[in-house]
Amino acid sequence: MTSIDVREADGGVVLAPSGRLTVVTAPQLRAAVAERIALGDRIIIVDLSVTDFVDSSGLGALVSCLKSARQAGGDLRIVAPTEQVSMVLRMTNLDRILQPRASVADALHG
Amino acid sequence: MTMQATRYDRRRLEHKTSPRRLAVIRVVIVLAAASGLNYVVWRWLASVNWESWWIAVPLVLAETYSLIDSLLFGLGAWRIRERGEPPKPPEAGYTVDVFITTYNEPVELVERTARAALAIDYPHTTWILDDGDRDEVRAAAESLGIGVITRSADWIDRPRHAKAGNLNNALLATEGEFVLVLDADQVPDARILDRTLGYFKDPQVALVQTPQWFENVPDSDPLGSQAPLFYGPIQQSKDGWNAAFFCGSNAILRREALMQLGISRYVQEVEQSVYRAITTSKRVLARAREEAQGDRRVTLALRRAAEIVEAARVEIIRGDGISDVTYRFQRGTDAISNEYADSDIALMRDNLRELAALSDDPDAFASIDDAALELLGRRDTSPIAAIEAISLLASALDVDRNGEAQAIMPMATISVTEDMATSMRLHGLGWRSVYHGEILASGLAPEDLETMLGQRLRWAQGTMQVFFRENPLLQFRLTLGQRLMYFGTMWSYLSGFPALVYVTAPVLCLAFGVIPVTAYSLEFFARFLPFLVLNQLLFWVVAAGRPTWRGAQYSLALFPVWIEAVTSAFRNVFLGQPLGFRVTSKTRVEDGRRRWDLVKPQLYVMGALVVALIVVGIRILAGQAEGIAPYVNIVWVCYDLAVFSIIIRAVLYRGTAATTKETP
Repeated sequence: MTSIDVREADGGVVLAPSGRLTVVTAPQLRAAVAERIALGDRIIIVDLSVTDFVDSSGLGALVSCLKSARQAGGDLRIVAPTEQVSMVLRMTNLDRILQPRASVADALHG
Repeated sequence: MTMQATRYDRRRLEHKTSPRRLAVIRVVIVLAAASGLNYVVWRWLASVNWESWWIAVPLVLAETYSLIDSLLFGLGAWRIRERGEPPKPPEAGYTVDVFITTYNEPVELVERTARAALAIDYPHTTWILDDGDRDEVRAAAESLGIGVITRSADWIDRPRHAKAGNLNNALLATEGEFVLVLDADQVPDARILDRTLGYFKDPQVALVQTPQWFENVPDSDPLGSQAPLFYGPIQQSKDGWNAAFFCGSNAILRREALMQLGISRYVQEVEQSVYRAITTSKRVLARAREEAQGDRRVTLALRRAAEIVEAARVEIIRGDGISDVTYRFQRGTDAISNEYADSDIALMRDNLRELAALSDDPDAFASIDDAALELLGRRDTSPIAAIEAISLLASALDVDRNGEAQAIMPMATISVTEDMATSMRLHGLGWRSVYHGEILASGLAPEDLETMLGQRLRWAQGTMQVFFRENPLLQFRLTLGQRLMYFGTMWSYLSGFPALVYVTAPVLCLAFGVIPVTAYSLEFFARFLPFLVLNQLLFWVVAAGRPTWRGAQYSLALFPVWIEAVTSAFRNVFLGQPLGFRVTSKTRVEDGRRRWDLVKPQLYVMGALVVALIVVGIRILAGQAEGIAPYVNIVWVCYDLAVFSIIIRAVLYRGTAATTKETP
């Protein structure tokens, strides 16, 4: 089961879903991002360094969060995906759209 | 969760048609193909009557069409795969959502299906996907204790994409690993999941399709509702090439495959939109500059826009993530917009200040000032929106697919038959499909001619939309066999044009003595008859006892529908015109009026055929018709009349009152 660690950062908010980001846990991520956008955050950083596994529904959640962030005039960036997650990003070509950053600092200022 | 396939399962997964049957089929395929080529090549080279080229050439083209149709059928059957017993599913462990899609079908009908869906043996969750968002459906679902899914708020004012949209919406609202899709009238057998889920032990399998079969159809099937050849050898042939396709209902899909498809389509479409925006931006901005007619501020803004598009182009070439490129681009257009607004606001503030100086009540103007600021600051009303070119670029150079309700659309929305397009894309991603030819649901077919014609038109239009938008022959991620199998289905929907020739040519011959073939000689029969006989034999062997005559009749007799489907889909795809659905009433015409008006072209054809027979009779008696040509054509006309006779039966058909009563 995933828990999403939320921490404020300079110029944005960092969400770190740990464990498995799948069809079962994707709604949690969508809800968490929606909540932060409602609170006024605009730059959403999803820290994937603690996410062991992501399926296509998990990726779908990242895309729909990107859509919500953009529509609020903000942005969503992903950070430090683990090996499995990187592989899935490459396989679906999603890395061509969402290019992962090495660190939260890079994501905030890049 | 990976399921270990047992040795039994692996054997079932690999099960194929018996070698003996396959050998017989292949011999007949080779003979039929050889005789077909022998005939048609001779027709082209030695027997076209060029004096009457205006009918001779269409006829030989029509015959070539039929040969290709037959070759494609043979190619499919070469690898026909009749799967027997399915592998067993895991006792429990797969999670399954059952989707019942409905829009405006009677509540009782939906309820009947929902009850049966609830009773499916394998553990699952049942949902009604009510695109009509009806209270009575909700009430019925509540009393059954099942969920209803309706469109989320995201769909308001965005394209709804009919059934594909309904399914896409539900996919994001549920979480089962597998999805069973059922049309509102398709009552599932309780064993449907137990008989199909086992195939998913092969982790590459994305789709298991089962037949659509209709209970309210008499054995004579006057409306040609059952498709025993399609939901039999044709899908089994495609299955042999890993190209069995999704037919919209009675199928089980792997969610992971669908979502992966949704993601990769999203990436593809965003990339296309961004590249297109960048390559066309120069032209768009140049035109806008002309229209600005030297307005200095607009020209300046357009120049700035050109600069940020150029920056985006460089970043894309450099390989930056499209999300980042477009984000910087959006911020860039925002900056132009803000400057533009700022200068407007500054101007307005100056004016207000002057007015306030003249007024007794300065506060009144202060509040107007605030309101104006707020209004101008908002994106949609900011003056930049007035510069259409920039706002167009801004919406194309984005990653949020703002024009669509969901960024991720697993079910294809390029066609009114989303099913075929979706499975073609799944095959393109390397997934496998299975056709399991056991009837595991029973549905209700249209019982009147009008609804039936509307339904056939829609299927044909949808198939041709896919043909024009994503021509399978050009889908290089599919194997050659898969491409030809998809192409074969589309090819068969072109049959309206040759059908027109097949009824015109003999009429011209009998009534006016126009002969399109130079030699109705022994050679003609020696080449034509083997082709005809071997083709029929091929159908007979492959069909293995299934009735094929009704299907053959309708593929010729519905020629106006097929022609309309091709032309309307062409206009829709290339000229952006609406498909022009026939509005069909769901309730049968109760006054019992015969709808001869729906089949006028066919009636004219039959009239012409009969007149031709009478005329040739007179000509023979008068000694004007010589040789064997008239007799060949008389046989041909009789065949045509036998084919078209089904139209009369269809108009006279009253439906099966008995089954309609059974339907609560």
